[in-house]
Amino acid sequence: MVNDVPLSWFLGLGMIMFCIGTIGVVVRRNPVVVFMCIELMLNAVNLTFLVFARYGIAPGQTLEQATNTAMGGQMAVIFVMAVAAAEVAVGLGIIMAIFRLKNEADVDDMSVLRG
Amino acid sequence: MNYVLPTVEWPTVMPVLIVVVTGILAVFIEMLWPKRNNNVIVGLGLVGLGLAGSSVLKQFGAPDGVTFGDMVVRDQVGLVMQLLLVGICFVAFLFSEGYLREKQIPFAEFYPLALWATAGGMLMVTTTNTLELFLGLEVLSIALYCLAGMSRQESKSEESALKYFLLGAFASAVFLMGIAYLFGATGSLDLNAITSVWPATTPMHHTLILFGVGMTLAGLGFKAALVPFHQWTPDVYQGAPTNVTGFMAAASKVAAFGALLRVLMAAAPLQEFWFPAMFWICILTMTVGNLAAVVQKDVKRILGYSSIANAGYILVAVLSHVKSPDKVGLGSTFYYLLAYSMMTLGAFAVVSLSAKGGKEGTRLQDIHGLWSRAPFAVVCLVVFVASLIGIPPSAGFVGKLFIFNDALAAGLTPLAIVLAVNSVISVYYYLGILQAAFVSEEGAVRNQSAKPGIGLNIAVLVCAFGVFWASFNATWVQKTATGTSVSQAQTVSTTTSPDRMGPSNPE
Amino acid sequence: MLGDFMPILVLVCLAALICGVMVVGSYVLGPKKVTPYKSSPYECGVMPLGTATERFPIKFYLVAILFVLFDIEVVFLWSWLTIFKDAPTDFQVFSGVDVAVYLGLWIVGYLYIIKIGALDWDEATSLAPEKLEASATVAVPAQASNQEALA
Repeated sequence: MVNDVPLSWFLGLGMIMFCIGTIGVVVRRNPVVVFMCIELMLNAVNLTFLVFARYGIAPGQTLEQATNTAMGGQMAVIFVMAVAAAEVAVGLGIIMAIFRLKNEADVDDMSVLRG
Repeated sequence: MNYVLPTVEWPTVMPVLIVVVTGILAVFIEMLWPKRNNNVIVGLGLVGLGLAGSSVLKQFGAPDGVTFGDMVVRDQVGLVMQLLLVGICFVAFLFSEGYLREKQIPFAEFYPLALWATAGGMLMVTTTNTLELFLGLEVLSIALYCLAGMSRQESKSEESALKYFLLGAFASAVFLMGIAYLFGATGSLDLNAITSVWPATTPMHHTLILFGVGMTLAGLGFKAALVPFHQWTPDVYQGAPTNVTGFMAAASKVAAFGALLRVLMAAAPLQEFWFPAMFWICILTMTVGNLAAVVQKDVKRILGYSSIANAGYILVAVLSHVKSPDKVGLGSTFYYLLAYSMMTLGAFAVVSLSAKGGKEGTRLQDIHGLWSRAPFAVVCLVVFVASLIGIPPSAGFVGKLFIFNDALAAGLTPLAIVLAVNSVISVYYYLGILQAAFVSEEGAVRNQSAKPGIGLNIAVLVCAFGVFWASFNATWVQKTATGTSVSQAQTVSTTTSPDRMGPSNPE
Repeated sequence: MLGDFMPILVLVCLAALICGVMVVGSYVLGPKKVTPYKSSPYECGVMPLGTATERFPIKFYLVAILFVLFDIEVVFLWSWLTIFKDAPTDFQVFSGVDVAVYLGLWIVGYLYIIKIGALDWDEATSLAPEKLEASATVAVPAQASNQEALA
């Protein structure tokens, strides 16, 4: 039933999420929101990985290779999630440190460094 | 379902293991005796790095191979880059303690984090598995985000950490999208699958692979600070604590180029598509880096832009190798990475002297009069700057010469010409640094700067000596690095102790 | 297939219709007298104080960060356990050692968190104040940061 939906739709959805995330990173000011947009991009990647693992479109694969492919894609998603969590931790830590220093956080106010 | 246990070849993974475990031990020391003298941690770190370096050296000449279920590769690229990373971390440790004390950053976690960043870089350069590559990249980057924001009382440090973090996470996402598409089109997380699958695929697969390679290169280009993706570099280099900047400039560049090299080599069959893009990126990187550096007023920013330009030079060597692998070896890439690491680390080590009593100024006028306060360090600075400019006899000159010849041999004459022109441009701003260091400080407010500690003196001495040593033994370095004369390399490396490997034998 | 969900669809439509009629009806039929007092928030006899966009104390973030880290750890165990039961013994031993190392690293991290006092709820004692005081130029003393967080 899942395979009724063509692969390209999933890839398209992933690409749309990725682009929304990219636009968000570029236009938003609040670092927390920017960070949420990056998470959205990572989720788009996860979706792409899962769909590729499920559909297995690589040419000339044996059944065993295809199974390994599926497993590889699913494990990749787990690793991406773990790394995203680590990034959240560090990112929020940095944002916290800036709050302590300045009592505000806005990407546009971050302009000590320029030249 | 069959369960296959991966074969484990411990010597291959030993260097990374040693570095990681040393980091954990350092954390334990910090936990047991907090905020004490950090000398124990530094000593432990140096011993650990020495052990790791020697276990890398032992593998020189061993046959290429894969282990851990194809996750870890042992080949010349991996070994040389690992050795470079270990050496960079070693030198960074030498001068960090004095700097951290002067800057009053009570953050002993610098040492474990730097060790883990090194380990991440070492993972990156010893694998062809994209997922492993990504994990190594993240271990390196996340540790560097923390380190960049290490100086918690300084808003410029926090700002640089935030900028680095947001752009770095963005680049990671781009890189990941690339490997997702590569995975989809090739059915494997391994980079080599691109080479094997490319001829057999349909136009649809070709599109997916090209898209994947493009995104992957963009993500890695960010880490290596290639030009369309370079905007973060000067800001982060300026804001981060100076010892971190030095470490970051050298280590992340080596690791990123290791990964870039593997991706480009795996994608060599489709180079007709990406080569023009990389060609222009290379020209832009050299030119923009140098032109932007000319107008800078801050030493760390100048060195930041110079590192962008140097990334362009290294990219010339990499592209020459990928273009015609039979005519051009990887020798000049390795050689220039070694030279670049020594020059940059050394220069940042000298600049770190401008920290005193919790304050630090890195504008050009802040290093006025450095000559009278730390003559030895300034003499070494002269060596580094001469090498960065490319004055013979220095490693920078020899490295640029090698790259120039490579580019000519590979038929990339435009790149060679741009390289030469840029070397001339760069003279101006490098001399600006030197001039500032020699200007006397009469009339100006008495500038503050720290007394160079013994660690810093050793660090700059090692780097300055290495710059000369590498230029006089250039052929030998290249041969050893590329493994063309294996037996000779082995005997020599046990009898003499070459510069960066010198501290690798802590008895 | 679609028929199974038809009752739910009908229910949703019905609910939307009834709610819509009520809301629109009261808006159209009801009298409208807007006074400043009425249009201020919280009509419960008390004048509104301060701003509505209040900040959380910053220490919540620290706990949230640590939670996220330790939360994600389980995902690897889950994927491991799905194949652990049916695997041959040598695989169980091998992967068991791997997971033990993995969990050991988490425990090191946990010990570190406890040791530096990141889990101390009292802001004044967390974030290793002795370390902050150790530096001469503390821009943000513990007390000030406390007020800042609560401001």
